[in-house]
Parts: sequence; C-alpha cells; structure tokens
Amino acid sequence: MSAGQIDHEKLTMAQALNRALHDAMVADDSVLMFGEDVGALGGVFRVTDGLTAQFGDTRCFDTPLAESGIVGMAVGMAMNGMRPVVEMQFDAFGYPAFEQIVSHVAKMRNRTRGRVHLPMVIRVPFGGGIGGVEHHCDSSEAYYAHTPGLHVVTPATPSDAYTLLRAAIASDDPVVFMEPKKLYWSKEEVALGTDGPGIGTAVVRREGTDATLIAYGPTVPVALEAADVAAQEGRSLQVVDLRSIVPFDDETVCAAVRSTGRAVVVAESAGFASVASEIVARVTQRCFHSLAAPIGRVTGFDIPFPPPKLEHFQLPGVDRVLDAVDDLQWEDQ
Amino acid sequence: MTSEDVLRLLPTDDPIRLIDADGSRVDGSGGDRYELPSDADLLHAYERLVVARRLNDQANALVRQGRLAVYPSSHGQEACQVGAAHVLQKGDWLFPTYRDTVAAMERGVDPVDVLTLLKGDWHSGYDPYETQVAPATTPLATQLPHAVGVAHAAQLRGESTVVMALTGDGGTSEGDFHEALNFAAVFKAPVVFFIQNNEYAISVPLARQSAARSLAHKGIGYGVPGRRVDGNDVAAVLAVLGDAVERARRGEGPQLVEAHTYRMQAHTNADDATRYRLDTEVASWVDRDPLTRLEKHLRGRGLLTDETHEQATAAADAMAQHVRDGLNRDIEPDARELFAHVYAEPTPQLREQAAQVAEEASREVAGR
Repeated sequence: MSAGQIDHEKLTMAQALNRALHDAMVADDSVLMFGEDVGALGGVFRVTDGLTAQFGDTRCFDTPLAESGIVGMAVGMAMNGMRPVVEMQFDAFGYPAFEQIVSHVAKMRNRTRGRVHLPMVIRVPFGGGIGGVEHHCDSSEAYYAHTPGLHVVTPATPSDAYTLLRAAIASDDPVVFMEPKKLYWSKEEVALGTDGPGIGTAVVRREGTDATLIAYGPTVPVALEAADVAAQEGRSLQVVDLRSIVPFDDETVCAAVRSTGRAVVVAESAGFASVASEIVARVTQRCFHSLAAPIGRVTGFDIPFPPPKLEHFQLPGVDRVLDAVDDLQWEDQ
Repeated sequence: MTSEDVLRLLPTDDPIRLIDADGSRVDGSGGDRYELPSDADLLHAYERLVVARRLNDQANALVRQGRLAVYPSSHGQEACQVGAAHVLQKGDWLFPTYRDTVAAMERGVDPVDVLTLLKGDWHSGYDPYETQVAPATTPLATQLPHAVGVAHAAQLRGESTVVMALTGDGGTSEGDFHEALNFAAVFKAPVVFFIQNNEYAISVPLARQSAARSLAHKGIGYGVPGRRVDGNDVAAVLAVLGDAVERARRGEGPQLVEAHTYRMQAHTNADDATRYRLDTEVASWVDRDPLTRLEKHLRGRGLLTDETHEQATAAADAMAQHVRDGLNRDIEPDARELFAHVYAEPTPQLREQAAQVAEEASREVAGR
C-alpha cells in the first residue's frame, strides 16, 4: 500500500480485528500477541488467525492457561519495550487476571510518577447473544470502567473495530478492548487506515430529532433497528454510539441529548451500578434543563446471564427499547 | 524427563551453608559444591551488611519520630538482600517487595527514594529505568509474572539480562507465584526466583503456609531446579545465587532459591509479634545473625582490620545521615499532581476534577 492510499475491503468484525493486529505487527516489531489458543488455532473466534504462521511463534504465541500470568507477563513485557496485546478468550475467563489489571496495569504509570507506562491491550470478547453457556456471556465492562488508569473501548462496527484496535495498540496507556461477540460476524466495507476516530470520541450513528438512544458495543445495532421501526411509526430517533466508555465523550453525548431533549440508554449488562447508570447520572446532571423526561434505561436484568434458551429475555431488544421511548412523557400522550 | 533430570531439580536436604554460626568454614552438607567468595567480596559484603543493618535501625527510628508512616524491617535478613543485589550485573533487573528496601539500595537506588512510599507518599519514588529496580510491590507475588515478562522481552531481543524476583514464604502460597514459575519454565525465561523464608507471613508461621518439604521443592512440579541456602550466611547466599544467576544467563532457564532466614522484628512497627511468637524463639536466632557471623569469620581469618571496621561504620554513618536529611525535609505534596499521571493525558473528566482540587488547594493556602 503506497502512502496516501487506503485499501477498502468487505470484512467481518473478526476479520477487521485480525487485519488490525496484522497491520500493527507489520508496522511495529514490538507489537506481540499472546494468550490461550491464539497460535495454531487462531483464537476461538479466529481473531488471531494466521498471525503465528506469518510472524512466527515469538510474535504471536500460546501461553499456559493462566490469565493472571498472561496479563502479568504482559505488564513486564510492556515495561521492557514491547507492545503486548493479550486475549482473555471470554469475558468471565478474565477474572483471574483482575488483580493484575486493577493493581498493576491500571496503576503502574501513576505509582511510578509517569516513568513507567504500559502500552498494552487486553482484548476481551464480551456479551451474550451467541447462545453461550455460563461464564461465556458476561458484560464485564463496568468493572474495568470503574478502575482509574484504564481506557475501555468497544467497537460496534467492523470499521471501528479496525481503527480502534490500531489506536489501542498505538496508545501509551493500557486499553481494555471489549469485543462484542455477537457482532464478530457482522460485515461491512472497512477502510484499512489508521486515520479514524481516536479513543474517547463517540459518534452519532443516526440523526434524529425526537429522542436520543445511547448505546455501545452489542446494543448499537439494536438501537439502530429500533430507530428504523420508530421511523415507520413517525418518530425520529437519534442514535449515539459511545465507542469509548473511558474516556467518556460528554461533549458528543450531551450535545445529542440537548438536541432532542429525551434519551434512553441501551446496554446489555446488568443495570445496577453499571455504565448505563453512570451515563444517566452524568447526562442528567449536565443536561437537566434540556430534558423533557427522565432518561430511560434498557439494560440486562440483575441476574447471572441466563442459559441460551432464555437469553433473549436478558438481552435488550427492539420492543423494550421502543417501550422505553414511549415512556419518555410525550406531550401528545 | 528422566528420573535423573528430576533429581537435578531436587533441593538439598539441608540449606547450603559455607560459614557456620560461630564463623568457622563449613565442609560438607552440600556446601562443598560451592566455593567461598573471594576475600575481597566477603569484605565488601561485610561493609554492605553494616550499612544494611544501619538502614533498618535508622528507618525504625524515623518511624518513632513520625517521619515514616510504617517500616517493614529486614533486620536479620540483610545477607539475603545484600546477596541478591550483588550477584547481579549492570542491566539486570531486580523485582523487590516492600521488605526489600536494602536490596533496592544495594542496586543503587537512593535509600531516601526507596522509602518514599513508606513515608506515606503516593508514588514509588524512583525511576525504575535508572537502576533496573522495579517499584516495590505490596500485593504479594504479583510482581513475579512481571519479572517473567521483563526477562522474556529481553530474551526475545537477544539480550543477556537476568531478572532477580524476590518474594517471601507467604508469597509462595499466592497463585501468581505458581503462574510465574510455570510461565518462566515454559518460556525458559532467565529469572531467579528468590524466596526469603523468614518463617512468618505477618503472624502466620511457615507450618500453616505450606506442607511442602521445603519451599524450594515447589519448583519441581514446574521443572524448575530448587536450591536451599542458609539465608543468614552471606557467603552461601552469594555463592548459590551467583550460580543461579549464571545458569539463567547461560540459557538454562529459571531457577528457584529458598533462603532460610528469620524476621527478627515484627512485621512492621504497627505489628505486635508477642501475640504469635515467643521471645525464646526470637532469641534462638540471635546467635545466627548474618552480620556477627561474617564478622567472626573474617576476624578468625585475620581479614577484618580495625580500619575496615571503621570504614564500614563511616559508610553506615554517611548513609544514615543522608536518610535523616532526606526524610526530615518537609516537602509538601502537591494534590494537583494526583491527577497528572493516571493517563498519559488526563481525560476531560480528570481535568475538571484536577481544577476543582487546585481551587480547593489554593483556598487552603490562602486560609493559612
């Protein structure tokens, strides 16, 4: 690819992530990828497919099955000149690494007064919607978002998956990169360039004038579909995709909500003490005088993620989103 | 793996000792596999043990004077820490715990800076890249996987770096100890895991910590050779750790060394050791003190002159004076800096919060 030219390819999100890893590894020898089954198998979702074959097993390699060891080793490698990317395989399998993430990944820069920084990415396939069994469908983003020192991003489109992962790898701060599992197979034309939205910028996915749906990761397509249906019913819904949970783009989100005066947050995780709660609180505080109704929330229930046959009750769907929009105290009702 | 290979992993029945508690040279008990360090090395170790003991004494005094918030003393363990630091070369890394103040100082970190966190400040106080000493870690054994990562990164670049990773007896019960040993073994990472078994994890004695024959035996399951050393014999510590470092540097992979020593003082100044151990037990270790042992040995061989002794005392005096001066300086921490290093660039939210604190801080100053 010559300078100034950007390739476009139709890719699934998993393929876009794979290309981002590939291109980052080509661009920078210090970028490494490791974790469980990421080598010969190419990852259980094939996100690391072909990387070991192309870059060798010192650049993309399998490790022993121990998540704290994986993240802890990545800390040491990041301290010593590398840019490691590690995979946690499934959301709930990342919990053994929690101490490493909270006590070291997040704090190293601060506790060394900025002298040691950790340019590392922790990839976490997350969320439900794929008929997964227990421990395979958690939405764990709030745990990480609550921890100062981490960036937490989640793409909702293959294009964002590519640019955000490139940005995460290039970042000098640790990034928890939450990959919505159920969108791995979503497909679109992807621009394979690094010029894109940086970490920390939300985007208005669909313009609308009556109310704003605020979503991230797996619920963005749900919000867009709800907006389609609402349009047929004569209601114009705007959709904001956060892309980045930390840093949070107050500016874009608040401008959107002020423009419509009504909002519903749509998120898959359990609602209590969640990212959705935080969004409602901060948007209410900043936009109170522009709001015609309390901000609504459509989230998962406060239960362990249910089994495949019942998961559709847990996942925010179009009907629930539209019901929540209906509850926004419309003057004509 | 043949049974012969397994035997090579086995630690000795007794810890390796080169100098007895009475200062005499030990023969046998596995010690004959290791050579006594040179006279020059032993004399240097003597001076550093004197300085190390003084750092412990001085830090304890500074806690009593309210200049340090807390101090986990390594009194009795100085031979381990001096030994661990002195077997390393320039470019090697040390991963200390909170009790390894002496080891960090011996790798060249200013002791005033080493005490930063214990002073109650919010950061580790020194630049880890200047001396290749990682920030001291409080959550037990969590630094061990980092040590493996640093070693593996160096290995991938073809560097000959060795990493010395310190932990205690309690640390060997933590999952990260086991994960780090396993990762290091699988990747043949040049790490020396050095356990200072001082018999207590705060109040919990070794018997409640592990039923293993010794903590060095914990390496066997991972294919990591274990060695046991008398941690109060600096000659043996230098010899055994020196050998382990050489093996790691030669590409033989990780090594596990357990030093048998004793925490002569309470966990920290905030702890009351009389609640869980007898004075008679503590007293029984006084005769095994690492400093007096080496002194007896060197005097017995006519190596320790009054001049050497005075020189060591002068070095300790100078260090203690430097530490007192450093810690008696009143430096007001700036609350605004609490927001400066959370990220490379503060988030918009942190900028708002920092502005709020800056405003509160200026009102505080104005109100004085």
